[in-house]
Amino acid sequence: MTPEPATTPTAAARASAWARLRDSDILASFLASKVTMVSAFVTVVMLAGAAFAPWIAPTNPFDPASVDLLNSLLPPRWVEGGDPQFLLGTDNQGRDLWSAILYGMRVSLIVGVCGVAIAATLGISLGLLAGYLGGRLDAFIMRVADIQLTFPAILIALVIDGVVRALFKGVAREHTAFGVLVVSIGLSFWVQYARTIRGSTLVEKNKDYVQAARLIGIPAPLIMLRHVLPNVIGPVLVILTINLALAIITEATLSFLGVGLPPTQPSLGTLIRIGNDFLFSGEWWIVAFPGITLAAFVLAVNMVGDWLRDALNPKLR
Amino acid sequence: MTQPVLSVRDLKVDFVTRRGTLKALDGVSFDIARGEVLGVVGESGAGKSVTGAAVIGLIEPPGRISGGEILLGGQRIDDLPPAAMRRIRGRRIGMVFQDPLTSLNPLYRVGDQIVETILTHLPVGRAEARRRAIDLLKEVGIPAAERRIDGYPHEFSGGMRQRVVLALALCAEPELVIADEPTTALDVSVQAQIIGLIKRLCAERGTAVMLITHDMGVIAETADRVAVMYAGRVAEIGPVRDVVKRPFHPYSRGLMGSIPTLEGTADRLVQIPGSMPRLAAIPSGCAFHTRCPHAFAQCWLERPEPMEHEGHRVACFLYEPGMESARARADRIPADSPPVPTEEAKP
Amino acid sequence: MTDAPLVQVTGLRRVFDVSKPWLDRVVAREPRQTLKAVDGVSFEIRRGETFALVGESGSGKSTVARMVVGLLPPSAGEVVIDGVSMTDRKDAARRARLRRRIQMIFQDPYASLDPRWRVGDIVAEPIRAFNLARDRREVEHRVGEGLKLVGLDPADARKFPHEFSGGQRQRIAIARALAAESDFIVCDEPTSALDVSVQAQILNLMRDLQDRLGLTYLLISHNLAVVRHMATTIGVMYLGRLVEVSPARDVFAAPRHPYTRMLLDAVPDLAMSGRPRTPVQGEIPNPIAPPSGCTFHPRCGLADERCRREAPATIEGVACHAVAEGRAGAARPARAAGG
Repeated sequence: MTPEPATTPTAAARASAWARLRDSDILASFLASKVTMVSAFVTVVMLAGAAFAPWIAPTNPFDPASVDLLNSLLPPRWVEGGDPQFLLGTDNQGRDLWSAILYGMRVSLIVGVCGVAIAATLGISLGLLAGYLGGRLDAFIMRVADIQLTFPAILIALVIDGVVRALFKGVAREHTAFGVLVVSIGLSFWVQYARTIRGSTLVEKNKDYVQAARLIGIPAPLIMLRHVLPNVIGPVLVILTINLALAIITEATLSFLGVGLPPTQPSLGTLIRIGNDFLFSGEWWIVAFPGITLAAFVLAVNMVGDWLRDALNPKLR
Repeated sequence: MTQPVLSVRDLKVDFVTRRGTLKALDGVSFDIARGEVLGVVGESGAGKSVTGAAVIGLIEPPGRISGGEILLGGQRIDDLPPAAMRRIRGRRIGMVFQDPLTSLNPLYRVGDQIVETILTHLPVGRAEARRRAIDLLKEVGIPAAERRIDGYPHEFSGGMRQRVVLALALCAEPELVIADEPTTALDVSVQAQIIGLIKRLCAERGTAVMLITHDMGVIAETADRVAVMYAGRVAEIGPVRDVVKRPFHPYSRGLMGSIPTLEGTADRLVQIPGSMPRLAAIPSGCAFHTRCPHAFAQCWLERPEPMEHEGHRVACFLYEPGMESARARADRIPADSPPVPTEEAKP
Repeated sequence: MTDAPLVQVTGLRRVFDVSKPWLDRVVAREPRQTLKAVDGVSFEIRRGETFALVGESGSGKSTVARMVVGLLPPSAGEVVIDGVSMTDRKDAARRARLRRRIQMIFQDPYASLDPRWRVGDIVAEPIRAFNLARDRREVEHRVGEGLKLVGLDPADARKFPHEFSGGQRQRIAIARALAAESDFIVCDEPTSALDVSVQAQILNLMRDLQDRLGLTYLLISHNLAVVRHMATTIGVMYLGRLVEVSPARDVFAAPRHPYTRMLLDAVPDLAMSGRPRTPVQGEIPNPIAPPSGCTFHPRCGLADERCRREAPATIEGVACHAVAEGRAGAARPARAAGG
């Protein structure tokens, strides 16, 4: 049992958004969890690394002029035979692996963010419509969602890739690969958003503040956008973080399988695929460093997502 | 004088939060005698439910009992280990909550729940326990009790469920029943039946009852004495008839006047300005002084202890000996006058 | 002002489909189930009065309220407000103009205000929706006036709902309802989520506003004492039907329908007058399978064969065979007339 009024903070203490954050339980729970703080730190460092890749990386791995085939398959600097110029060694085309990882992170992140953005936009819109309007539209959208769940992301990507190849025969894969990946990820992940949003919308639409808005004749689309959406969007933040990690893995998987980005614009997944070919000939670093980076990033983002879910869930607090 | 069934002495309950310690209860004292119904009334945040939870040992962290003592039949129970307290709950203290479904397990037949409770606490066999359960269900007014005893909670209506809960609370023949808002979830016509039942059964058995409710009407119908709580303290405690008809404490006066009645003719209800303070911001001295039309300097500075006055215990400086003239003056001021402005009264 | 009633409700009826999903129904071989939440309710509300609908849970009083304001389409029957039918398709244009004048106050002040909106925007929403102000400054001015009207500070407009107590939130909800210059307010259990001392503040405010602005209220409540305090006319509902409509004074002085009498007897006697009361019998039946004839007959001491067989018609505001046949005895004075 808790005393009822204790939870409402004073009006005065709620002056600004910053004061609200400083006062909130979320920040306290963040500071209380060491794992979360480390994860958040790793995430931020990696995001920064990806964002500032052109300034940090010694070479540009996408630029054929900076690549010398004579430097190919050099081991990391501290291993015997390593060149001090290449911190983590080079791949089969002589690209500096450290630079390739920084640029690869960038590519992976852009694909992941765009894919998740499509998934979220699609899922949120459909979930909102299904939940608010109900009836047959609701039944139809949710059945489509059920069917969608039976197709794995890889299958969707393969189908789309095939369709795109057939449609744009003359166009090089470099130009279509990005779009194919983003759309495939978007189409694979929207269901979770739609279900979450629909569930919360069903609750919110019966609340009296929505009835009050209906009463003064606010049209349904405006009610959905102005009243319902802001109140159901919270849980989506959690899904977004966890989905971002998933999307990056999916991209890596697709690239590994060869449906993804071509070796000329390597993502982390592409790098791992390239490295895989040389794993048994002793050139372990090509697969190891991109792999470790991918694992660390996905783990860190997942940890932050998990914490966010717990911190935002009043039942667990 | 015989020993009271329940005796609460200067009980303090704190809730430790990140922003500091909140005093949910701050020096609550009362007794309940055998066969007596004590009504505990107050608005949300007054601490009435916390009081009930403290007596049955169900204060959970971050809350804790930080002072005072609770005596059940003369035995101290607030410092018992959890296992000993579990034996007392159900056996010596029966419980009825607002929502009958919190007391009844939806997966068990209602009869089995009563029989199990009897077997756990009383030295009787299964057949005897079942016979007692049927008798008890009959007594709480369940029609066809022999058959309904094998029903599941969802097969009973809201009022019938609350009757079953009452049977469950009484089956181990406890000395004390704690009823926390037992009729709040029920319709008026059902509420009247449950109130009557609680009153009759406890009177017959000599069971003491602590009836926690926000509804003064329920108290007036059921209780022998009533404790009015405000901001974690008892503002006034006295015989129900007196408190309802002639309350002393300025808060009780305002509260009674604010309730619309079937007999009422007033165009306007008495309204106490402001609202119950939050636990984090309980005013200094008398917690009611910010809303009180009679407050004077002492009320800002000191906290009034409950004092005897014409058979009530009132925590208000107006009822100190030697305050007769101030009291007479206060009687002329309507209960819903605005509080004394801070500048004038502040010392 | 004319003598014509402001609100006329005729033969209002609402049926809800409470069947299980189609597949479950087919598998379990169950027929469709319907619930008659409201069945043939008719009443009139005069300008400036407070018409109260009382009843216990399942009586359909809130459903009536939602149909009157137009949040729920009736299955049958008609609602006419100020001569305009709220249910007839033809009147769409006039109905749109009328909508501004009809507002609602809800039970739970924690659910009726959008938690993400500032109070100023909440109160301004109807002003903007009905284009009642020319520019932002006028909107702000009106919001400030509205907040002052309900006893709040215009500076509160910048705060969020969670910064207010339940009573203050209900004031905000009232300010929103009045912001559109409405004159007919439907109040659905406006104080049942509030503490008694706060309830007193809100009820006093509602009365003050009625006196100042000439408002007409439809008050939905289960609390007879609140109704006694507020209403001029009372309709008593039981299982979707209106069993008695009488002036408030008469309902409390001389209740006619046996259910009204029972309801009054069930109210705790706060004045401790020791008035004689008949113990209440039974519970409200399941509205999906209501009793035959007069739905109150299983709980009624006066029920006979006819009551079990046929539903009573409303005669002089009372739907009861026993009253119509003169079997109910003289209208029992439950308490002194007028208090």
